[in-house]
Order: sequence, then structure tokens, then C-alpha cells
Amino acid sequence: MRFEVELLVTLKPGLADPQGKAVEGALPALGWTNVTSVRIGKHIRLELEATNEDTARSQVDEMAARLLSNPVIEDATVVRVAALEDA
Amino acid sequence: MSARIGVVTFPGSLDDRDALRAIDLMGGRGVPLWHAERDLLGVDGVILPGGFSYGDYLRCGAIAGRAPVMEEVRAFAERGGPVLGICNGFQILCESGLLPGALIRNRSLRFVCRIVHVRVETSATPVTAELLPGELLELPVKHGEGQFVATAADLRAFEDDGRVVFRYAGPHGEADDAADPNGSMHHIAGIRNEAGNVVGLMPHPEHAVDPDVGPTGGQALFASLLSQVLAVA
Repeated sequence: MRFEVELLVTLKPGLADPQGKAVEGALPALGWTNVTSVRIGKHIRLELEATNEDTARSQVDEMAARLLSNPVIEDATVVRVAALEDA
Repeated sequence: MSARIGVVTFPGSLDDRDALRAIDLMGGRGVPLWHAERDLLGVDGVILPGGFSYGDYLRCGAIAGRAPVMEEVRAFAERGGPVLGICNGFQILCESGLLPGALIRNRSLRFVCRIVHVRVETSATPVTAELLPGELLELPVKHGEGQFVATAADLRAFEDDGRVVFRYAGPHGEADDAADPNGSMHHIAGIRNEAGNVVGLMPHPEHAVDPDVGPTGGQALFASLLSQVLAVA
């Protein structure tokens, strides 16, 4: 079966996020003076063949641990697994 | 007999030629190595040079850290072979797990390109064996993502075991925010692994060996590496 898996990679809490800080500094200029924090992460969408949903999820978890995220500075969470219709 | 030091070229490496030239200038023999080959050609030491390997896609050094040649570099390091990662090479070592910690965007958000001083913190590495703790070296830095971070436990272990190799410092040796170009934790410019044979640093010793074009703080590191390699051989 073919699955689409979405992975969210975010900087660990407490770790400085210069990109987020830059955006945080730019928003008030557009009128959003009420924003108190911005953190920026990555959204990775993969399509893969797997026997079932659990396998797809655990394979992406392993990809996240070994390449897609750096566990020293980032957290990675699978946020969605969906079976794809075969074309 | 001169020491043969391999320099790995990844797609996007920039400083491989300077590293090879620095080795030759200092009396060794630079050996070009290729990222896709699982062969270190029997070299006595390995340098991972600076640049933007694989466009720094995903994270700096992330793809290069899993390149075919890195399996050989890992095996070489496990046998005690000296490995030096410079700038992007340091990032690659952290990404491959050969060194702990990570390098993130400079605190200033700016790319920095300037001459800095680093203070030698330990002689227990192949590149600092001929230097004394407290000695200052003048070296260039040029990076956007050189802020060294690690867990509190890792940092404590580095300090307790003397695994910090270089710290950013002022011209009189004081390590402080003013001297630190990227906001690294504990002003760390370079670290080593537990065994001491794997070293990573953000500044560029390979750009600092020729008095015609700038400071010469890199000479001592190459001299030390070359003589250490020959002493073992």
C-alpha cells in the first residue's frame, strides 16, 4: 500500500530560534502587535510503500531519528498518516 | 617521508583546495578524496573541509554526514585515525554523530566573515599537541551557522573532561561575548571526541598558513597534525 506521511520538525523548546525571532520582529510593523512568540519549523511530506499504516509511521519515525531531524536540537512528530489511492 | 593527509571533496565543498595547499605548504602531502568513494587511499589523517556540502539542504552537513565516504571516515576514526572537520566539516562531524552537539544559525542572524582569536584549551588532540593551553591563534571565520549548542549534560562533560579544544577569545585571551562571533555556548569554537582523535572547529586554519595573505595562526595546527601522524606511523 502507498501512504502519505506528514512529519513536523520543530526546534526544541528553549533553543534560540533566530528565524522565529526575525519574523517576530517584523510582524508588529504590519500591525500585529499582539504576537508574543514565533517559532519556525519544517514540514516534510513523504509518500512511501508500506504493508500497513503502523509500518509507514514507524519507518518515518526512524527516518526522522536518522536523517530528517537532528535529535540534538529538534523534535520530530508524525502528524498525519493517510493511505493513498493507487493510481 | 611526508605525512599523507586526505581532504574529502563533497558537492559544494569550497575550501578543499586551500586545505590541500595548506598541507603541502606545511610539508605534508595533500591527497584529494571523493565523497562517493568508500576509499581513503591509505591516508594518515582526514580533513573534512569547509563549504556548503549538498547546498546545506535539510541542515548544514546533514546529507554529507551520511555520504558513502563517511562510513570509511567513521571506521578510520574508530581505529584512532586523526580526523579534523573545519567549518562545514565540523557541522558534518556533528551531523554524523562523530562529535556531539550541533551548530545552528549565528545568534546575530548574520553571516560573519572576520579574523578572530581562539584560545587553545587542551594539548590532547593531534592538531594541538604542539601547543599549550592558553595560547592564542589568529584565524579567520566565515559562516552563517556556527553557533555551537549542546545539552547541559554534554556541556558539563566537555568541560569536565577537557574536550573543549578552542574558545573564542579577545586579543588578551579573555573568552567573552565581545570576542564570540556567533554566540556559541561557553564560547566554544572547537571540540574533540572522548578519544581526542576527532576534532571539529569553525575557524579556518587552512586559510591562515601563508603570511602573504593574512594571519598565520593555522600553521601550528597543521605542523602539529603532520608531526603527530608521523610519530604514530
